[in-house]
Parts: sequence; structure tokens; C-alpha cells
Amino acid sequence: MSTILVKHRDDLASKTGMWFFLFTELLLFGGLFIVYSVYRYRNATAFHLAAQELSVFIGTINTIILLVSSTTIAMSITAIRKQNKKFAVVLLGLTIILGLAFLVNKYFEWGEHFKEHIYPGSSILALRGHGDVLFYGLYFFMTGLHALHIIIGLIFILVITISILRNRITSDNYVLLENSGLYWHLVDLIWIFLFPLFYLIT
Amino acid sequence: MKTIENEKNHIIPYKTFLFVLAGLIVLTLTSVTLTRISLGTMTVTIALIIAAIKSTFVLRIFMHLKFENKMFSIAFIGVILLLAAVITITLLDYLNR
Repeated sequence: MSTILVKHRDDLASKTGMWFFLFTELLLFGGLFIVYSVYRYRNATAFHLAAQELSVFIGTINTIILLVSSTTIAMSITAIRKQNKKFAVVLLGLTIILGLAFLVNKYFEWGEHFKEHIYPGSSILALRGHGDVLFYGLYFFMTGLHALHIIIGLIFILVITISILRNRITSDNYVLLENSGLYWHLVDLIWIFLFPLFYLIT
Repeated sequence: MKTIENEKNHIIPYKTFLFVLAGLIVLTLTSVTLTRISLGTMTVTIALIIAAIKSTFVLRIFMHLKFENKMFSIAFIGVILLLAAVITITLLDYLNR
């Protein structure tokens, strides 16, 4: 009798766990969107004027960068299932590069604000009034929390890429890749709402 | 090629993802263009409707909900309804103070 070594695995449970985690993320950002709605309602003019100072161009570029990166990571699942390991790794590498590009844009965007002394706790920003302080407070906190998620997502994807190279993730065991994809798509999903609420509604 | 594929074995073709990406980019540009034209109070509504359409694509195709066990979609809708209820109740309070 030969011994068959079977590692116990439950992909459905793994994915369910990931989704439950994503639900808590939705509630976290959802709470912030409520704060945004209420403050916007109470400071309509200040929010309207402050939002015009954000660069729609950089915002649009970053939106497209995230959409493309979501596509590449989704395609990497197809690649791994078709046993095309090399293409999967290339697609994940692209996803990481796009994520980094998003952060670089964010760096320049925030840098511009800082130059104009617009940052949380700035005395010059405080002179502009309560509404502006609230708008930029929410802007920096929400896009900052989102950027933190991008950084975590990039680390997650990097670990997954290494696992693929080491054959720990294969065409019949790819649930971790799917979970990293879910996380990355959630980050994209949140940006889909952050973008119009901060950049477009002016 | 199998005509009826098992849901668990469903592999989304690369092409589908590229089509969805094209759609998402078009929707993004539409949203940017429409909000540039001042539409007054409608702007918020339009921008959020477009964001919701984009989310549906991301959720159903990229996040695979269309092909997963229905349990995931139902749970997701439940969370969204919960959020919607909390937002509505909070705003009702603020609007009627």
C-alpha cells in the first residue's frame, strides 16, 4: 500500500475568510464616507471650492493606473490556471509596477499640497476656515488610508509572486493568488468612489 | 470545448478582462467629462451612479462574484444594505435637525 500525502486544504473557506475581511474593510471606509457626507452637507461651499484645487488630471491618471493593475492581477489568475507560470509572474510584476506608479503620483500630488502649506495641523490651512480644514483633513486621511492599503497590497502581491516562483502556488492550488487579487480589487473599488467624491464633485 | 462549464472550473479568458478594462476606462472618462460640465445638483448623482456601475463590473468579473457560489453575492449585498441603512439614518438625523 502506498502512502498518499494529502495536505488538508479548503479553498472555499479560505476565500470566505478573505471576503469576511473585505466586509470589515468596507465598513471601515463606509464609516469615513458617512463622515465625508455629513461634513460636506454642513460645509458645502468650502468643500466645493477646496475640491477645485485638486488635480483632476493626476486623479484620472491614477484611476486608470489602478484599473489597469486590477486587470493584470485578474489576468494572472487565468495565466496560472492555464499553467502559464511565466506570464502569471510577468502580469503580477506589472501589477506591482503600476501600484508603485500610483504611489509616486500620490507623492508628487501631496508634495504640491505641502508646498502650499496644506497639510493636517497647518496654521496657514487653519486660517482658511473650518470647512477647508475638514475637507483636507478627510482628503489626507482617506487617501492616506487608501495609500496604506496599496502598500499592504503590494507586499501581499510580492509574497504571492515569490510563492509562484517557488511553485507553492500552482495551477491546482491558487487560492492565495485569488485572495491577493480580491484585496487588490477592493483597493481599486474604494478608489472608484474616492476619486469622484474628492476630485470630480466640485 | 465544453459548452457548459462547471462553475468551479470556469476560467475567464484574457479577452474578457481587456473588454471590461476598456469599459471601465470609458466610464471613468465619461464621469470626468460629465462632471466638468456643470450639471448642478445632478453632478453628485451622476458621478455616483457611474461609480456604482464601475463597481459592479469590478465585483462581478474581476472579483469573480458572477461565477462564485451565490452565498458571496448575497453576503456582499447584505453588507451594502447595512451601510446604506446606516448612511440613510445618519443623514436623516442631520437633515432634520
